[in-house]
Amino acid sequence: MRAFLGLIRQDLRLGIRQGGDIGLVLGFFVLAVILFPFGIGPEPELLRRVAAGIVWVAALLAAVLSLDRLFATDYADGGLDLIALSAMPLELAVLAKAAAHWLTTGLPLVIVSPLLAILVDLDPAALPSLVVGLLLGTPAMSLVGAIAAALSLGARRPGVLTTLVVLPLYLPPLIFGTGAVEASLAAEGARAHLLLLAALSVAAVPLAPLAAAAALRQALD
Amino acid sequence: MLSHLANPARFMRISGVALPWLGGVSLVVLVLGLFWSLILAPPDYQQGESVRIMFIHVPSAWMALSVYLFVAVASAVALIWRHPLAEIAAQSAAPIGAAFTFVCLATGSLWGRPMWGTWWVWDARLTSVLVLFFLYLGYIALVNAFDDASRGGRAGSLLALVGIVNLPIIKFSVDWWNTLHQPASVLRLGGPAIDVTMLAPLLVMALGFTLLFGWLLLVRMRTALNERRLRALRIYGEAAAGNASEASSGAARPAWR
Repeated sequence: MRAFLGLIRQDLRLGIRQGGDIGLVLGFFVLAVILFPFGIGPEPELLRRVAAGIVWVAALLAAVLSLDRLFATDYADGGLDLIALSAMPLELAVLAKAAAHWLTTGLPLVIVSPLLAILVDLDPAALPSLVVGLLLGTPAMSLVGAIAAALSLGARRPGVLTTLVVLPLYLPPLIFGTGAVEASLAAEGARAHLLLLAALSVAAVPLAPLAAAAALRQALD
Repeated sequence: MLSHLANPARFMRISGVALPWLGGVSLVVLVLGLFWSLILAPPDYQQGESVRIMFIHVPSAWMALSVYLFVAVASAVALIWRHPLAEIAAQSAAPIGAAFTFVCLATGSLWGRPMWGTWWVWDARLTSVLVLFFLYLGYIALVNAFDDASRGGRAGSLLALVGIVNLPIIKFSVDWWNTLHQPASVLRLGGPAIDVTMLAPLLVMALGFTLLFGWLLLVRMRTALNERRLRALRIYGEAAAGNASEASSGAARPAWR
């Protein structure tokens, strides 16, 4: 447990002290959202219709963009070998890494998302379901992303490869996340969609580290 | 039986004998099935002649799913028992599966234009089959992304196992989300819902597609094995030539080596 928390603390410290990392992800998120009004036109009705989709897609892309730093730096400097050799099960280490990744990308994205939702004129009534949806869905994205990041360690073009591998797997959170906003706009209640999102994240907590740790083992030997 | 066949040399011998037979039978069944389904089978009372697209579309959809299952099972075998032939089987099957998935999507789109009035809808089943297509592409890209081929093989095997969560989603998507794509009509409780004059050619086509898959798989696996043997021979030959030239001219190696 101490090693687990220590790993999270170390990654958090790296994320904060190297400052640029969190800032880059948030900057990308904001810019990606701002691109849409330029691309599809500034009419409020149009933007309001697609607002939730824009925020979700931008958050997803920002999360993908930050996946490479999940293991790549530790893989390059040999830290990953030390983690694998330590007494802590590799699965637990992956969980710690994914948790730190979520704290440095998923959580900031959730915190900034209301501002961006206002920027693209989302109906205020749907704001809670958007934010709660992101809060419940981003852990699954960090965990599943850890599998893709571990699989593409040492590949020739890891960034592009991670994206190609992970985006199909990110579709379920996207579908239920935007579904939650649609449902709350249609006054059906977003509960079912949010529960499914939570289920995805809860299922990913034990399963994704297993797959990601297996991927790390084959990358290291 | 399987472990008996799993010796690469024995596999090459037996598959070499089986290959022409398998190819011949699959061609005969496919020609028979195409003739039956495109000419003999009656037109649908509602869809008219466009129902004939179904005889290609449905078997390729079945193949898209079952080939993915084959890739995943072969990957599991490769990961658990470290068997090289299983890995070659998975890697050889994936592009065939991707092609079946593409045929399924393309024929579905051609059928959807006159029937639904649109080439494409974001229906649950269409979307999940599209995801399957991208899973195939991701697998193929991952396998080929490493300088060390064995790493690519293992990474790809893991991805194939992770991607298997998509299979039940595709199978049950028409039941879970009640959207445009019609629900299952062949494998369902209470027997098939389509008439035997259409079911029979459909099953012949499915058999033909399965045989075709087996044939293409064997061709691709044999090619992959030959390729590996060729690479090994070339490395061996270069090493032998290097040793010979070193032996004849002392330590002075050619500058271009």
